[in-house]
Amino acid sequence: MDLVESYRQDLALARTPVTRALLAALLVALAMFPWVAAEHFVFLATLVALYSIGVMGQNILIGYTGQISFGQAGFLAIGAFAFGHLRIWGAPFLVALVAAGGVAALAGVVVGFPSLRLKGPYLAIATLGFGVAVYQIFVNWEVLSGGRSGLAITKLSPMFGLSGRRYEYYLYVLLLVGFTLATYNLISSYVGRAFAAIRDSDIAAEVNGVNLTRYKLLAFAISSFYTGVHGALYAQVLGHIEPQIFNIAEAITLFVAVIIGGVASVEGSILGAAFVLLVPKVFADFREMVPIVYGVTILIVLIFEPLGLYGRWLKARLYFQLWPFR
Amino acid sequence: MTTPLLRVSTIETLYVDRIYALFGVSLEVREGEIFTVLGPNGAGKTTLLRTIAGLLKDQPKKGQIFFDGRRIDGRPPEAIARLGVVYVPEDRGLFRELTVAENLELGLWGRRDDGVAQDLDFVHGMFPILRERAGQQAETLSGGEQQMLALGRAMLRRPRLLMLDEPSLGLAPRIAKSVYEALATIGRTGTTILLVEQNARLALQAAHRGAILEAGRVVLEGTSEELMGNEDVRDVYLGVGAAEMATRGWRLYRKRRRW
Repeated sequence: MDLVESYRQDLALARTPVTRALLAALLVALAMFPWVAAEHFVFLATLVALYSIGVMGQNILIGYTGQISFGQAGFLAIGAFAFGHLRIWGAPFLVALVAAGGVAALAGVVVGFPSLRLKGPYLAIATLGFGVAVYQIFVNWEVLSGGRSGLAITKLSPMFGLSGRRYEYYLYVLLLVGFTLATYNLISSYVGRAFAAIRDSDIAAEVNGVNLTRYKLLAFAISSFYTGVHGALYAQVLGHIEPQIFNIAEAITLFVAVIIGGVASVEGSILGAAFVLLVPKVFADFREMVPIVYGVTILIVLIFEPLGLYGRWLKARLYFQLWPFR
Repeated sequence: MTTPLLRVSTIETLYVDRIYALFGVSLEVREGEIFTVLGPNGAGKTTLLRTIAGLLKDQPKKGQIFFDGRRIDGRPPEAIARLGVVYVPEDRGLFRELTVAENLELGLWGRRDDGVAQDLDFVHGMFPILRERAGQQAETLSGGEQQMLALGRAMLRRPRLLMLDEPSLGLAPRIAKSVYEALATIGRTGTTILLVEQNARLALQAAHRGAILEAGRVVLEGTSEELMGNEDVRDVYLGVGAAEMATRGWRLYRKRRRW
């Protein structure tokens, strides 16, 4: 039996040689993927990578800090349009990306203020109001959204002799790896502990010295930064954005991804993102079936697997670890 | 005379700006002593602790609270906690979904000194069960174990003043006794303890001094011996003395009490 014997081991991303080997195999598979898969699948994988970043951000807020937010569509829009304008003004990709995340984070701090007084469903409604308000602002304020024609975003110029799709894929997967490592680091740090403390009992967190105002706002800021980056990456992939893309359904989809993937789980965020993107593709010929599949899956997950797809993975791993015993 | 570690001076705490929960309460807790506050339900005991811990927004409305000579009323709860005032609420305030080890880690939150291993050893020495149950979720512990975890986590914050709200609540008498033995051990480390309790016998046996709180006012204060010797305390809180008290109850007592 593998027991964690030191804090260093506890912090390690891959504790055993088997995990390290699997991780290496996964990285090799990710690197090989664009060379063996059809372009359409490479595009889908790119979408899953960018979506995973947004779901991870949402999971930091919902899963780790326990603050329910339905305002993610608003942060997505803010990130996407900030990025779009900056790219049009000639900002390099990375600068525009960080700035888009930063603008969304600032908006996150503003939206986070109600969280100091509101909890649970009341906070959900307040953030939902923000999402709807941002949508309306972008729809009605043409200077921001580019009006009916929307914003056209300059395409990335591929490097290293790669095709456009492959270059985008590698860039996005690299960003996903970066955000995944950052998230692991965050949740293992004292900031992550403070988030978990707030989620479980805010009074107990306070009497343990956690400043609720600071850490709730920080959770909103970090989560919104991730979502802003998600919006920016989405805008870059689409090449053209208009406000209608960022409607309330987007926020709900992100929420569904968190629940199905696994609340308070980094790996679950990626699995959840893959689920909400791939299900509509699988049911492409029966689009009306997608909401039904979402609904039924959420019910099944809530009843049978509260830890989501990540919980399934944990159980499968345990089964093989204990094999042939049960 | 030495300055008290905690001085509560004529504080008034109100709920919804109208209902008085504490009405001119004054107390002094000296360094290194165990001080207990006794009283019936609704007397304001929990409110007193929550007011001191800074958990009630904009309270106390009047009066001052001094800790180690510094005024702390009006400060945010996390700032008061960082001064060394650690509050263990009535429901134990555990992070129920986290494991025992994670709960203890949160007790160490924000600490950057070298004494962490030593303090963990002290807590595990006092409550060995916490080491055995390190990977278990806090909500799956028994009531007594949860109280031990709450006390252990509080001790990891190196409290100068440990405020406990009814630590014997919901515990079997034997378990409650072992919790109080742990309190005595904590007291011997020099930690000052402010204890709110309904189980007057246990509390007075453990405490050096105490006060009786009724309807938001301190009606009696003294050493544990003085309180145990007081006829009304014996009648109402210890259940000994006048035999008719048990049958005639609280209403009669209210008529004849001397405070």
